[in-house]
Amino acid sequence: MTTSQAPLMPAPGDSRKRPLVVMRSVSKMFSSGTLALSDMSLSVEGGEFVSLLGPSGCGKSTALRIIAGLGDVSAGTIDWPSSRINSRGLPEGDISFVFQEPTLMPWQTVFGNVHLPLKLRGVSKAAARDEIMKTLATVGLQDFAEAYPRELSGGMKMRVSIARALVTKPKLLLMDEPFAALDEITRQKLNDDVLRLWRETGITVIFVTHSVFESAYLSNRIVVMKARPGRVHADFPLMTSMSRDAHYRTSEEYRQACEKVSNMLLEAIGGEEH
Amino acid sequence: MATDPDLMPAKPGLFARNCETLLRTLIPICVVVGLILLWQFIITVNGIPQYILPGPLAVANSLYNDWGTLWPALWVTTQITLQALALALIGGVGIAIFLVQSKWIETAFYPITVILQVTPIVAIAPLILIYAPTTQVALLICAFLVAFFPILSNMVQGLKSVDHNLLNLFDLYGASRWQTLLYLKLPSSLPYFMTGLRIGGGLALIAAVVAEFAAGSAGAGSGLAFRLLESQYRLNIPRLFAALILLSVLGVVIFMITSFIAWAFLHRWHESSLKREN
Repeated sequence: MTTSQAPLMPAPGDSRKRPLVVMRSVSKMFSSGTLALSDMSLSVEGGEFVSLLGPSGCGKSTALRIIAGLGDVSAGTIDWPSSRINSRGLPEGDISFVFQEPTLMPWQTVFGNVHLPLKLRGVSKAAARDEIMKTLATVGLQDFAEAYPRELSGGMKMRVSIARALVTKPKLLLMDEPFAALDEITRQKLNDDVLRLWRETGITVIFVTHSVFESAYLSNRIVVMKARPGRVHADFPLMTSMSRDAHYRTSEEYRQACEKVSNMLLEAIGGEEH
Repeated sequence: MATDPDLMPAKPGLFARNCETLLRTLIPICVVVGLILLWQFIITVNGIPQYILPGPLAVANSLYNDWGTLWPALWVTTQITLQALALALIGGVGIAIFLVQSKWIETAFYPITVILQVTPIVAIAPLILIYAPTTQVALLICAFLVAFFPILSNMVQGLKSVDHNLLNLFDLYGASRWQTLLYLKLPSSLPYFMTGLRIGGGLALIAAVVAEFAAGSAGAGSGLAFRLLESQYRLNIPRLFAALILLSVLGVVIFMITSFIAWAFLHRWHESSLKREN
């Protein structure tokens, strides 16, 4: 079964009327001959928090990388209707990426790591200092600016990675299973942090995960994907009247949301076996 | 809640830490001094003549008396070694950067560097001696060829071992080739470079000596290797030992300097230079 409903938008503003990114019938075949994505279409509007959920090998990370411009498509197009496009067909400075690993430069301090995207644009350390410290403060790491990555815990490294992604004030934040390697307590904390940042900045997030609970907690739209070849199985909004916090985690509404998402995922996996 | 002082872990006192540092220095020195004493003892007890095996006293005496001959030779060898190492660093890093620019460049040129490396230097030395304008230049080329390869191969390895996700990140932010090299590839290969530097430093000295043996140069501009040969011909064994000791000291100093440079650059972030408490 494929459910396809128009997602409900939170408080629509002017910038949120046009889609931010539109994937049209995108397919991706690797040089090994594996068809990683088949005819995937997805339109994400400004301010959405979309989770790409699915079993491993369903192409969710591939889809995210393709949106980021890391790798070409074999067929189909990706459009950015509300952004200025650079020579590589990507929206200039509008996207940031958070990898599964913190992916920090070990030879740079926390400050140096967060400075990187600005440095590549030619902004000096001195000119970027205020912005970097402000961004570090939003992830609670203002006191660790001079620390090296090896001195930080896994969760803190991930916060640095998020700060680096946010320092350019992107419109779209792409997150590829960012908290999969963290313990449950740290993961919940970071989930709350990401939600807070999403609310405060109005940024659009596409979040790849294989966790039903994480996707049900974070997103206001879920795209369930199917494997071999990777394709969209279901695409539905997930709205709640409650604010997403510790109370929501234990509420009946969250349980129902998890059940719905879980059923969709089971369907996607079940369909794959036949 | 009050903290129970009994439960606090005992911090090692300043004295205990200094004591360990002292022991770390003293023990090796004691071993060397002990061996030297044993050497002198065996020579004295068995009455071994100087032209077969001189005692440490005779060697020290020669070191002092022949300093006028040995010092210029040591200086020549040091110069050749350091110049060769400097050229090898520039060449090794430069060519490594060139090689990793494309798979085809590497396919085309890497075999040549391997051929240069695997051909024994002593075998090429006569040719180099013919072509080079002076013996000094010939020695420099020989030492360079030997020191260059470990730096090149380590650098190539380092430049190719950059974290794939970081490369993607640079790509995502639209970094130019130059920016990726400067801010990512070079710093990321620093640990590999340091390994190359340490190996190259040692090899440059070995090659400088071997090349001089092959060249058999003589006269005022000669290095320690020539002084070794000369002492052998004249059966001046104490001086031979003195020259040998100077070479060892030079080798140790080069090793210490390169190790210090590696430590200075890596100790804040790289696993190889970190102190672990567990």
